[in-house]
Amino acid sequence: MKTDTGLEASVRVQRGALTLAVDFAAGPDQVVVVLGPNGAGKTTLLRVLAGLLAVDSGRVVLDGEVLDDPATGSFVPAERRAIGMLFQDYLLFPFLSARDNVAFGLRSQGIRKANARRRAEEWLARVGLADRAGAKPHELSGGQAQRVALARALVSEPRLLLLDEPLAALDAGARAEIRRELRRHLDAARGTRVLVTHDPVDAAVLGHRLVVLEEGRIVQEGSHRDVSAHPRSRYVADLVGVNLYRGQARRGVVRLAGGGELTVASSEATGEVFATVHPRAVAIHLAPPEGSPRNRWQGRVTDVDTLGDRVRVRIDGPVSVIAEVTPTAAGELGLGPGREVWAAVKATDVVVYPA
Amino acid sequence: MSGRVRRSGSLNDTGSLPPDADGMPASGTRARTRPHPGGRVPLAVVLVGGAAALFFFALPLAGLLGRAPWSRLVDDVTSPVARDALRLSLICSVCATALAVVFGVPLAWLLARADFRGRALVRALVLLPMVLPPVVGGVALLRAFSRTGLVGEWLYDALGIQFTFHTSGVVLAEAFVAMPFLVLTVEAGLRAIDTRYEDAAATLGAGQWTRFWRVTLRFLAPSLAAGAALAWARALGEFGATITFAGNIQGRTETLPLAVYLQLETNQDLAITLSLVLLAISVAVLVLLRDRWLGALR
Amino acid sequence: MLSGVTVTARRRLGTAMASVLVMALLGGNAASAELRRPRPKLSGTVTVSAASSLTEAFTEIGAKFEKANRAAHITFNFGSSSTLELQIEQGAPADVFASADLTNMDKLLAAGKVASPAILARNQLEIAVKPANPQHVRSIADLANVGVVALCAEAVPCGKYANQILARAGVKIPPDRITRGQDVKATLTAVSAGDADAAIVYVTDVRAAKSSVEGVSIPEAHNTVAVYPIATLIGGSHLKLAKAFVAYVRSSAAQRILERHGFLAP
Repeated sequence: MKTDTGLEASVRVQRGALTLAVDFAAGPDQVVVVLGPNGAGKTTLLRVLAGLLAVDSGRVVLDGEVLDDPATGSFVPAERRAIGMLFQDYLLFPFLSARDNVAFGLRSQGIRKANARRRAEEWLARVGLADRAGAKPHELSGGQAQRVALARALVSEPRLLLLDEPLAALDAGARAEIRRELRRHLDAARGTRVLVTHDPVDAAVLGHRLVVLEEGRIVQEGSHRDVSAHPRSRYVADLVGVNLYRGQARRGVVRLAGGGELTVASSEATGEVFATVHPRAVAIHLAPPEGSPRNRWQGRVTDVDTLGDRVRVRIDGPVSVIAEVTPTAAGELGLGPGREVWAAVKATDVVVYPA
Repeated sequence: MSGRVRRSGSLNDTGSLPPDADGMPASGTRARTRPHPGGRVPLAVVLVGGAAALFFFALPLAGLLGRAPWSRLVDDVTSPVARDALRLSLICSVCATALAVVFGVPLAWLLARADFRGRALVRALVLLPMVLPPVVGGVALLRAFSRTGLVGEWLYDALGIQFTFHTSGVVLAEAFVAMPFLVLTVEAGLRAIDTRYEDAAATLGAGQWTRFWRVTLRFLAPSLAAGAALAWARALGEFGATITFAGNIQGRTETLPLAVYLQLETNQDLAITLSLVLLAISVAVLVLLRDRWLGALR
Repeated sequence: MLSGVTVTARRRLGTAMASVLVMALLGGNAASAELRRPRPKLSGTVTVSAASSLTEAFTEIGAKFEKANRAAHITFNFGSSSTLELQIEQGAPADVFASADLTNMDKLLAAGKVASPAILARNQLEIAVKPANPQHVRSIADLANVGVVALCAEAVPCGKYANQILARAGVKIPPDRITRGQDVKATLTAVSAGDADAAIVYVTDVRAAKSSVEGVSIPEAHNTVAVYPIATLIGGSHLKLAKAFVAYVRSSAAQRILERHGFLAP
């Protein structure tokens, strides 16, 4: 019985050195983005959902239909799942035209050639490639190939749409535009949609719900606003661009796991917590600073990175921190590796949340 | 906290990231780079390659052409011996190649894709006909398929099938020596295929057979054609196994190579003429196949 | 000197003694004559191209020769006489040629490749059949009624001889039941290891094949005699060694070996 309940997957898979262990659900009303660094297991997860790989233990259910359940020995292979998949390299069949590529899935289902081609052409028109229907993949640009691949995945109206790094193979110029188009098509599509990427911008633009995957495990879930406001791992903190600390909070002071402590504004926080400090909130002084900031310490500059109109300065000390200043300021202070400085952070600029 | 924060992007930032791809058209296939014609080939390579072309190929051919009895050519070629030999050679070599394809492709698949114990042993077995002297191969075939052979005995007693001294024996002997060429070429071709295309086909709903016919075989086509061409050429030229196993009966098993050999001592002119016919057929077919189909041999 | 004997008698005795000495040296037992003479050591390698039917006998003779002449080495090249003749004509570097018929030797004589051939042996032909003669072949005439008969190719000596025998016996085997072998050994293999029902090969080949085939003799009236000439090649290397080998082949020691293998005296 096919319902519209979406995807429920409990996946335990061992692939070489990677152990993937996730419990994951996705409804047909949202685009779920799985974000993570390379090697996190994103592609493996996608292959499991696609039916190209079976779980070692667990269960995969789509719209009420059991796709994979080792306990009962049932496994539905990829060709019998109502899925559409967009691969990172697109994998358009080089010996078929764009039209025949898109029609491939329909013809595999037994639909007659003429019919399949007509529907293929409709979809090609929808992605704006009606005039390129007869072109072979090597004659298409990256962006065009991506759109053909998308049409090919969508033409049979899949219940589960899987996208593996859909924009990774594009150059910077094409990416923004195609990302917007992809967003339109994703919003228009029905069924469960799962997208995998290592690019946080993709995650922000294309997804409604974010799942952060690191080393085979889900580290964080939520809307991208939630996730970026409250990172729970170095990886996410790096993506967001904030300093992340972990420690024990007690009466307004967080004793950090790596040594040192931060005074925070909220005295309610207790127990294991995360604390974030935005680099812009870190002030750099050449002499011990006076004034209101509760957090101040002496340190040494280890790295200076100029990124356009801002400079990121890494300071090692009792609390290691990355500060962000203007290039002018960096110049005036003479900031370079080895420089002895003082860092200051207001207690009110430290964001604390339970770990 | 460790590491420099390299990226300028964040989850709230919609700035673009450094490009990954090089902006080339991405069709999902690796772009093939063709060397520019007349481009930089090292002199040493030109010299050695040229010497090879000259000594191993051009000179013997020139020798043969020079000795050819051009005046009697037409008479010789249309003589019964020549016609029978030519007919047999063409029919048998094509049938042998077909046999090699029908049995060889699944075998190549096993060797390329299936992981089983003793795979190395099977591959060694497949290479055996290439290593054995052809006459020894013929004797081996006799041991297996003659009327008193391991399998041949049953075939003859139960079904009345006899290969020796029949055209079918020629096909069998030629297939025996030719199949390794096909298997090896196709196995290499299969290994070179990016199996992710088959994954893509699966996600589009193509079952095993469909994937094989519509995807794998399309990628395999050049290797298959090359393997078949090699096998066919080998089958056409086969002598030792044929004469030992199928015998030498004009009109039944005396193929061109056998006829050439036998005529060599009595009628050298005819022998040379027949050799030229062999050569002409081979060249014609290989030229017809050309680069397009023999892409795997490139 | 003997006194009392007339000059004439003395001269006659001298001549007689000289003749005996000469005859002892040249005729009859060449090997024992050689033993009496002090001879220089024979060394080097010679290549002997010999008819396939001589394979077993010559291999044995060659070994014996090498044993008696430690520094000498004989390399054999066995094949059909017609193929060997072709090779030599085209310049193959053989030192000795032993053929199964006179025709091939004559061709080389005419081409100036050999000089003064001598006969080393003779041979006759026989029908070879499978052990226990399942097709009950008793004569040449039966060959027309069995499955497939293996004969040597017509250019090969034993093929020519077979044709002669069939003609003499007035027997015609249908062409699609004749398989032609490239030399006599391959022809015999068609019966011993293959599906041919009978073959016409040399008596010596049947004997050499031991229990893998049986022989059915051909009556003298139909049979032919194969004559085997041997000669050294003009312009070959190690002429001395080549000549010595030829001489050895014609010596009684080698002749005994040939006889044992089934050959007839030259």
